[in-house]
Amino acid sequence: MNTLNLDLSNYRDLLKQYIRTQDETALYQAEQFSKLSMQQNISPEEIINVHIQALQDLYPELPEGIESSMNFLLEAMISYGLAYQEFQSLREQQLALKSEISVAASMQQTLLTTVKPEVEGLEIGAISIPANQMNGDYHHFVQNDDNKLGIAIADVIGKGIPAALAMSMIKYSMDSIPENRMDPSNILESLNRVVERNVDPSMFITMFYGLYDPGDEKFYYSSAGHEPGFYYNAAEDKFEEIEARGVVLGVTRDTKYRQYERKVNPGDMIIMLTDGVTECRQGDRFIEPEEVLDVIKANMHLPAQKLVEQVYKHFERLQDFHLRDDFTLIILRKEV
Amino acid sequence: MDFQSCVNINKEWDIVGARQIGRDFARKIGFGTVDQARIATAISELARNIYLYAGTGKICFETIEEIDRKGLVILAMDDGPGIAEISKVMEDGYSTSGGLGAGLPGVKRLMDEFDIISEQEKGTKIKAVKWVR
Repeated sequence: MNTLNLDLSNYRDLLKQYIRTQDETALYQAEQFSKLSMQQNISPEEIINVHIQALQDLYPELPEGIESSMNFLLEAMISYGLAYQEFQSLREQQLALKSEISVAASMQQTLLTTVKPEVEGLEIGAISIPANQMNGDYHHFVQNDDNKLGIAIADVIGKGIPAALAMSMIKYSMDSIPENRMDPSNILESLNRVVERNVDPSMFITMFYGLYDPGDEKFYYSSAGHEPGFYYNAAEDKFEEIEARGVVLGVTRDTKYRQYERKVNPGDMIIMLTDGVTECRQGDRFIEPEEVLDVIKANMHLPAQKLVEQVYKHFERLQDFHLRDDFTLIILRKEV
Repeated sequence: MDFQSCVNINKEWDIVGARQIGRDFARKIGFGTVDQARIATAISELARNIYLYAGTGKICFETIEEIDRKGLVILAMDDGPGIAEISKVMEDGYSTSGGLGAGLPGVKRLMDEFDIISEQEKGTKIKAVKWVR
């Protein structure tokens, strides 16, 4: 098939061929012609103009009414041509915005990056996937000189850029807390003051902070209104909700957070998550928390990192590969 | 500038009159059918803006001739409230989102040159030029 030119003679020949043969080939070439025209930003009124001229060439005796009617059609197409041009320019703007956001997103990645530490006798799995480009979830590992492991997991109510900005603030506030004050309740209390002072009251941040001490094999934790995690008791082969009370960050300046603790036995797991995990949706139905545990249980034989990845894959597929909320899941397992 | 022809815009019907005179000008200057239709559409947009936002104003036409080219100047003038944020009305999607038409960005696209001066409480003056290709 010949390559198509956008010129009049070509169009005229195609039109002639079609009028004579009513042939599908000519129609296919008309389709090619139309695609090529769009690529070259030819507006519909120009195509109609080419059509009028081709008609005049082919039928010099064209009735006057037909010619006027074609001019009428041309006039009627002008606004469509404009709308098409506007669409093109809006699409370019959209691309520019997208690339700007992706620059911001990769900057956020750099700012909030956290290294999964090696802790003796402890297996760690962590995954955090944003629903959009910017992540409104946050998790961070802190390893002190005395080998204690701190884990922060937080969620800004809301998604996208404002949430991401608020998260960067949390991260830097945490960095400035002195090492000797790394108790979960202390951390939440100082972050609460930062949030209360700096964040708009309409924005809520929930956070769970846990500290594992390999010395006494205990897990210390506090929660600021965060989605409750789960504890897997290996001896009884049972999951239970990690109960921790506390209001979300930033409500009042002097909020106190209660600190809890529990002994971690070999094979036990601590599961921390955000509501993007527990509020996965299948169609219009929210999943039950048990479904998360079922999936964890089914993959429990895997190493911790593989385990969290499998859980994510399961719910990603369940939601037709379209996350509605940021998804963060951390699992600690004490080695047997 | 001494304009050859002006149309007062006071009522919606005057938009048609402005289009007619503009099209006659365009034809005489030598614009083809497509460009005539584009010029008429630009005139519609300018006249409708006057009618909707200023109430009254006028649209004037003039032929310009340079050594190597010929064109049409359209001037739209009103003493209306003026446009507070010109950059806003020149943004794509600003006026079209309400389905009101092509708006001023449309006029800019239909013509080759476009200039706008507007002062609040004093009025707006838009000059648009199209050259014969």
